[in-house]
Amino acid sequence: MKLDRRQLLGGGALAAVGSLAAFDANGDRAAAQGAAAGHGMKGHGMKGHGGGAKGPTMRKGATVDHRANGFDPTDILRDFDMGKTRRLASGRTLREWEVVAADKEIEVAPGIRYPAWTFNGRVPGPSLRAREGERLRIRFINGSEHPHTMHFHGIHSGEMDGVPEVGAGIIQSGKSTVYEFDAEPFGMHLYHCHVGPLAEHIARGMYGSFIVDPKQGREDADELMMMMNGFNTNFDAEGNQVYAVNSIAFHHVNEPIRVKQGELVRIYLANILEYDPINSFHLHANFFDFFPTGTRLEPTDFTDTISMVQGQRGILEMRFKHKGMFMFHAHKTEFAELGWMGFFEVA
Amino acid sequence: MEANRQSQSQVDAPSPPRGRLPAWALGAIPLALIAAALAALLTVGGDTLGERLGPSAEEIAVERTVLRPGEIKLTVRNTGPDAVTVAQMFVNDAYVDYTTSESQIGRSGTETFTLDYPWQPDSPYLVTLVSETGATTEHEIPVAVQTPSPDGGFYALMALLGLYVGVIPVALGMLFLPFLRHAREHWIRFFMALTIGLLGFLAVDAYLEGTEIAESGTGAFGGALLLFIGAGAAYLGLVALDRYLRDRGAKAREAGASAFQLSLLVAIGIGLHNLGEGLAIGSAYAVGELALGAFLVFGFALHNTTEGLAIVAPLSSNARPSLRSLAMLGLIAGAPAILGAFIGASAFNPEIAALLIGVGIGAIVQVIVQLVPTIRDHAGRALYPASVGGILTGVAVLYMTGLLVSA
Repeated sequence: MKLDRRQLLGGGALAAVGSLAAFDANGDRAAAQGAAAGHGMKGHGMKGHGGGAKGPTMRKGATVDHRANGFDPTDILRDFDMGKTRRLASGRTLREWEVVAADKEIEVAPGIRYPAWTFNGRVPGPSLRAREGERLRIRFINGSEHPHTMHFHGIHSGEMDGVPEVGAGIIQSGKSTVYEFDAEPFGMHLYHCHVGPLAEHIARGMYGSFIVDPKQGREDADELMMMMNGFNTNFDAEGNQVYAVNSIAFHHVNEPIRVKQGELVRIYLANILEYDPINSFHLHANFFDFFPTGTRLEPTDFTDTISMVQGQRGILEMRFKHKGMFMFHAHKTEFAELGWMGFFEVA
Repeated sequence: MEANRQSQSQVDAPSPPRGRLPAWALGAIPLALIAAALAALLTVGGDTLGERLGPSAEEIAVERTVLRPGEIKLTVRNTGPDAVTVAQMFVNDAYVDYTTSESQIGRSGTETFTLDYPWQPDSPYLVTLVSETGATTEHEIPVAVQTPSPDGGFYALMALLGLYVGVIPVALGMLFLPFLRHAREHWIRFFMALTIGLLGFLAVDAYLEGTEIAESGTGAFGGALLLFIGAGAAYLGLVALDRYLRDRGAKAREAGASAFQLSLLVAIGIGLHNLGEGLAIGSAYAVGELALGAFLVFGFALHNTTEGLAIVAPLSSNARPSLRSLAMLGLIAGAPAILGAFIGASAFNPEIAALLIGVGIGAIVQVIVQLVPTIRDHAGRALYPASVGGILTGVAVLYMTGLLVSA
């Protein structure tokens, strides 16, 4: 009986997300999903890291079904949603997205299902990316059973802030609205739902990154987006049971992030973790330049560990000097051992 | 009056079997109908009610924890109405690998999970079981101690513990028999009253401990209710045994036989009590909570010596039991401590322990009821200054010697 209800829920979410395929910017979602399935197969074959004194691990042999989830964290890393652009009469670029809220059960760790609320059927939501000075228009459709908004971190008018009782206010289930503002300032930003109870709306997965590139652009690099998050699967609002970057616990332990030796790697990093005050990022055997919020072009630090409160974010730039496997994880060991841990595989 | 009696007899008269069904068939028909109705309810009845409100209730609890080097083995019981699937586990906030034959635990079922975890001796651990729905169940290991493996050395140690705690003290207490033989009648009554005090103390003490043990279990089989079931069954069972023995010996009974029978019942009651004591000691040993050493042995010797006194008190009058009979009484009362220690240390289950402790309580209460006539004075009173003094002395002796042992 419970299963039936699950299937029903999944079906509803699928219907709501159905319109996604239509506006996928590069039209390569199907290809991405194919690749995801391939990764899954490979992950299944691997024995995985850890166990006993070798460190934390999920139960060996158990894997997450990324295809059923509809997203794969490995793809989310480099999946920047550029939207659709057209030139306005003024000569400015108008960049447009359509974002759909949907309720969807996702597997956040092998065998553990979580009733998430999502943007575009994935957690984190799409990494919306624009260039400084562009006009941005986000059509938001609430396909969820719950009321939601999209609140962007950035500089914009009060009506476009995506909070209750201001501007369009709360967008009820089945309704839609358009948020429109300029892309400023350049940097690594966030968007998230701002409906109360706020902690629950964020914890359920209603967030994504909002990246504004500087006018002159940045140096070519292998760019990755990492959203540090977690899931309070027992809903006790006291900490989380699963921690990760881009939702799936230990995903990059089983499927290391492949980068090239000497190549510039740029990480757009944000912390959205609910119910825990501070998160952190630590990289093994390498140091990185850190650009807080990415709003200045000069780094403020050269380090291997940074900490972030909820909503804090920044840009990390590094070149791996040596080939090999390099761990990265929260330097809050509890989070690391509950899933927020991964590897870079430098070739 | 006469008319009434007549009508009564007419009603009572068995009606002639006018081609009616035999009595067994009249009984079988409703049984068959009930079985058919239950089968129908089981197959279609549930659907008529629709789905429950809210999510499925996931209630699981760890029934047994076995610690071996680098490994934590949990026996998990499903105490709720729905099947539960364990998806992952973490220990002290770190996910761990584990093996099991089946992740789904059916209603009332159990499953064993073996966790790959390098636990350290003497440290506390919190194991969290995460179900497929994300619900969590926590299991606390207050102090990690390697679970003793049931080899020869282990059994020898448990036997020695049982011997120290049960057999030797009881035998020592029985040495009072010659003294009691020569004591005057009112002194005998005093010692019988003292025995009642001792037993009353043991019953209350066992109830408190049994409640605590029952509450530490999963509750799947009734928890503290098992204490009362065990006590009731033991009490009624011993009453029935006593009546049966009386009926058999009624024709040619010597006074000695009756006294020996009373001693036997006291020995059985104390034996069941010592089974519970052995359980507590064995399980405390298995989880490293038992402070072994001279104090434990000395304390229990002092404490349980009074139990031996209680066994021989009924024999003081004129019975002359053989040495063999006395040894048998001593073993009945003391040896169960050895068995209890085995069970407690190797296969401790709080609910079985609660049931056994309940049995001990029922036995003790039955023995007290049996002993009350022996303290009656010439006026037929059970309570008078000397008997009250005896009862209170018994309570005080056990209370004070009990302070010496903490198992």
